[in-house]
Amino acid sequence: MEFVSPEGLRLDGRRPTEMRQLRAEIGNVAKADGSAVFEMGNTKVIAAVYGPREVQNKSQQMSDQALVRCEYSMANFSTGDRMRKPKGDRRSTEISLVIRQTMEACILTHLMPRSQIDIFVQVLQADGGTRSACINAATLALQDAGIPMRDIVTSCSAGYLNSTPLLDLNYVEDSAGGPDVTVGILPTLDKVTLLQMDAKLPTNTFEDVMQLAIEGCIAREYQAVGMPPGFMIDSHGKGIRSYNYVPDRYKVAKMQGLLNGNVYSNPTLVS
Amino acid sequence: MRNLQLSFNQTQKVRLEKALERLESLSSKSNPNSCVTVGDTIPVYEDGILKGHGTSDQKGELAATVCGVVERINKLIYVRALRARYKPETGDIVIGRVIEVVPKRWKLEINFTQDAILMLSSMNLPDGIQRRRTAVDELNMRSIFTENDLVCAEVRSSQGDGSLQLQARNQKYGKLERGQLLTVDPYLVKRRKQHFHHLEEYGIDLIIGCNGYIWIGDHAEARDKMVVDQGSNSEQPIAKCDKNSMDLDEQDGTYTPQEARENICRIANAIRVLSRLGFNITVEVILETVNLSNSLNLDIHDMLGSEFYVLVAESEAERRSLSKRKR
Repeated sequence: MEFVSPEGLRLDGRRPTEMRQLRAEIGNVAKADGSAVFEMGNTKVIAAVYGPREVQNKSQQMSDQALVRCEYSMANFSTGDRMRKPKGDRRSTEISLVIRQTMEACILTHLMPRSQIDIFVQVLQADGGTRSACINAATLALQDAGIPMRDIVTSCSAGYLNSTPLLDLNYVEDSAGGPDVTVGILPTLDKVTLLQMDAKLPTNTFEDVMQLAIEGCIAREYQAVGMPPGFMIDSHGKGIRSYNYVPDRYKVAKMQGLLNGNVYSNPTLVS
Repeated sequence: MRNLQLSFNQTQKVRLEKALERLESLSSKSNPNSCVTVGDTIPVYEDGILKGHGTSDQKGELAATVCGVVERINKLIYVRALRARYKPETGDIVIGRVIEVVPKRWKLEINFTQDAILMLSSMNLPDGIQRRRTAVDELNMRSIFTENDLVCAEVRSSQGDGSLQLQARNQKYGKLERGQLLTVDPYLVKRRKQHFHHLEEYGIDLIIGCNGYIWIGDHAEARDKMVVDQGSNSEQPIAKCDKNSMDLDEQDGTYTPQEARENICRIANAIRVLSRLGFNITVEVILETVNLSNSLNLDIHDMLGSEFYVLVAESEAERRSLSKRKR
């Protein structure tokens, strides 16, 4: 199957290094301590954070740090064919573990001893890249809950099809069976917290693909920071040059967005 | 301003925006650099600073670990997280719900990272006598507070491991009955000299807990009486606690009259409006909001309508600009 047309466009009309449109919103779950909805294209994920709170299972309590728990689930209506999935299947257990480990790496757990933090993520619409969408949503929800973190985690996936590295795979590209690299980074610390790949790739190609995924992460960080949509189109894999320049105006917008639960990527609401 | 899901019409929208803009221009801390999110570097203007809460050292630079406002006090720099759980300080007055009765102590949920502990020994017995707590007292703990009771207490100390001890060594603390509990974001409650308020014109007790739990209840006369003459009528309170409280309520005439219930609801709705608009919650502002609703002859349920939100925002802007001018 042809995933990249001769004109250099993908099935959904994107260029190979172009990301899907992002949208994020916080404070959607009233009863949770923190919550966020994260969308990239047609993938939509909701995350809710409860805690830090008293540990429910006393035997799991740790006297020097907080216990982080994560539960990933997919809504029955999230996929094309409506299926009743068993709750603890292998896939969701694995993704729960991945998200838990990624978040645990950035939460300053030693500041909240003898307590527990619960992260619940649910996929509302699945169109590829749910893993990275969940991590991004969980980060936003944790920030909303006021939980101290080393740095924010941003995640993005990249693949390699038709001998072209592709950023941010959608469902059709994802199910093509090609390699899929999911990367999670701490942008200001410049560290990798998550790296997953399901297939084999030659080393030099892998480096290209991973570099693309990392650039995607960085671009995503900044979009979450509240860039106007005009900038967003630039930043699809490329606008990273001006990364260090974040005008104060956006910082304020970002902050207000965080406090008021407004839409990040919509400057008319934020400003 | 979170979760403000109301249908405003066009004029209301414009008026609300105008009022909020005015409020923003009045606030002295309009410095954009004072707002940080996770991972942002905090500019340091002098050396030998002290790192406070919400900051960490990253590659020699000071970075924020929570989203919030940077506060600088002399050499101390910390980030005050707005949306976070309650951070207790010794002496705070809090309201909690009993979730467990365990030997010698109650465990209370107070919106903290852990359950708070109220020891039997750090609370006054109903008869008001100072003595050692016996095994009988321990067995009768449920006659003082049982599960799901609301309790008002004071923060005694917080240990290094994060656990929290409460005390209730005064008759003004204790079980809360016949009223309403509201939960607001803890940052909206500022620590003040007085957290217990008796609103005489409405006959209502208002307790603004530092943990963001607010109690609005019918004025409890009995509790005050006990403070005044503890020794003389110590017989009566004992009898009160021993018997089944349900039928005693009817005998005593502690039934809450309709008027008091309406007042409770009105005050509660005023606090709901204020907390959703993100205004600090103090008695003065609450009373002003209640008076505003009374002067408009608003029904209690109409107070949660969009028009009243706009009016409250406008009056708050007016109030702050007046107080600013005075200074």
